[in-house]
Amino acid sequence: MQALRSAYGQGFVTGVPFVIVVAPFALLFGVAATEAGLAVSETMAMSVLVIAGASQFTALQLMQDGAPVLVVLGASLAVNLRMAMYSAALVPHLGAVPFWQRAFAAYLLVDQSYLVSIRRFEAEPEMTTAAKLRYFLGAVSPLIPVWYACTWAGAVAGAAIPPGTARDFAVPITFLALIAPALRALPHLGAAAVSALLALVFAGLPAGLGLMLAALAAIATGALLETWLERRT
Amino acid sequence: MITGPALWTLIVLLGIGTYLIRLSFLGLIGDRPMPPWVLRCLRFVPVAGIPAIAAPLVVWPDATGGAVDPARLIAAGVVVWIGLRTQSTLGAIAGGAVALYLGLAIF
Repeated sequence: MQALRSAYGQGFVTGVPFVIVVAPFALLFGVAATEAGLAVSETMAMSVLVIAGASQFTALQLMQDGAPVLVVLGASLAVNLRMAMYSAALVPHLGAVPFWQRAFAAYLLVDQSYLVSIRRFEAEPEMTTAAKLRYFLGAVSPLIPVWYACTWAGAVAGAAIPPGTARDFAVPITFLALIAPALRALPHLGAAAVSALLALVFAGLPAGLGLMLAALAAIATGALLETWLERRT
Repeated sequence: MITGPALWTLIVLLGIGTYLIRLSFLGLIGDRPMPPWVLRCLRFVPVAGIPAIAAPLVVWPDATGGAVDPARLIAAGVVVWIGLRTQSTLGAIAGGAVALYLGLAIF
């Protein structure tokens, strides 16, 4: 019990610093949604039901461009396809917990909770399944309330917040910073390089498709490089 | 602009769809044993997926209308370099932010 409680606590402590990333993103969404004409209730419903900033901004942008409902829905969901990869990557770690707990964890599966958890799980394979679930829940606990509260604050404060320069870059910086420490191993470096290059090559394909192709090729690259290195030694 | 009941329908469907994407593998596969090569591939999912999401955002940022921006390219390089060197995610974020604002001031 002590170990489980400390797993939750360790996750929580790891998650707290990401408030710096989540808070401005949620504030910006609240402001942008209000400016687009959404009511506070509609803005909040979106943040509570979807919890995925990039797709929420996509939906907002397309609605303002006058796109039909189905196009908005399709494009916004495509942006979230990466979460299928998160879901798959967590199976070896959280697959053994009861279904209702997995169903609950799925709601809380966001970029930060996933990235922080998977790094820890891979660094400490001896962690028990129960401890892994507690760690995951701990990591996301400081972020979800901030996501709700800052969306609300942004929606209510509306245009009072001046549009900052270069806030767009919070997302890629966070992603790169989370992945960079893993690149010391050659197979990981190879996979990351193939992933980035192919994403640029496939940029002209419909939203989400290029990402999936690049990721699949990168997974193959990493797995083959690792197998080759193991055989050589 | 979509409003009223259509907007609410859109919000609810987007919520349900996103949740089903999140639940997909975790909900379906559960603890069924998987062959070693599948587990090996799953371990590469993060490092294979994240750069593909980040690369277009770095090279063709929305904020510049998709034009290549030296400040953002350099900042991204700084983030990866610091992350590799120090193994610290937050250090890399901080370094990247400093590099970005310095770069924006210069270019």
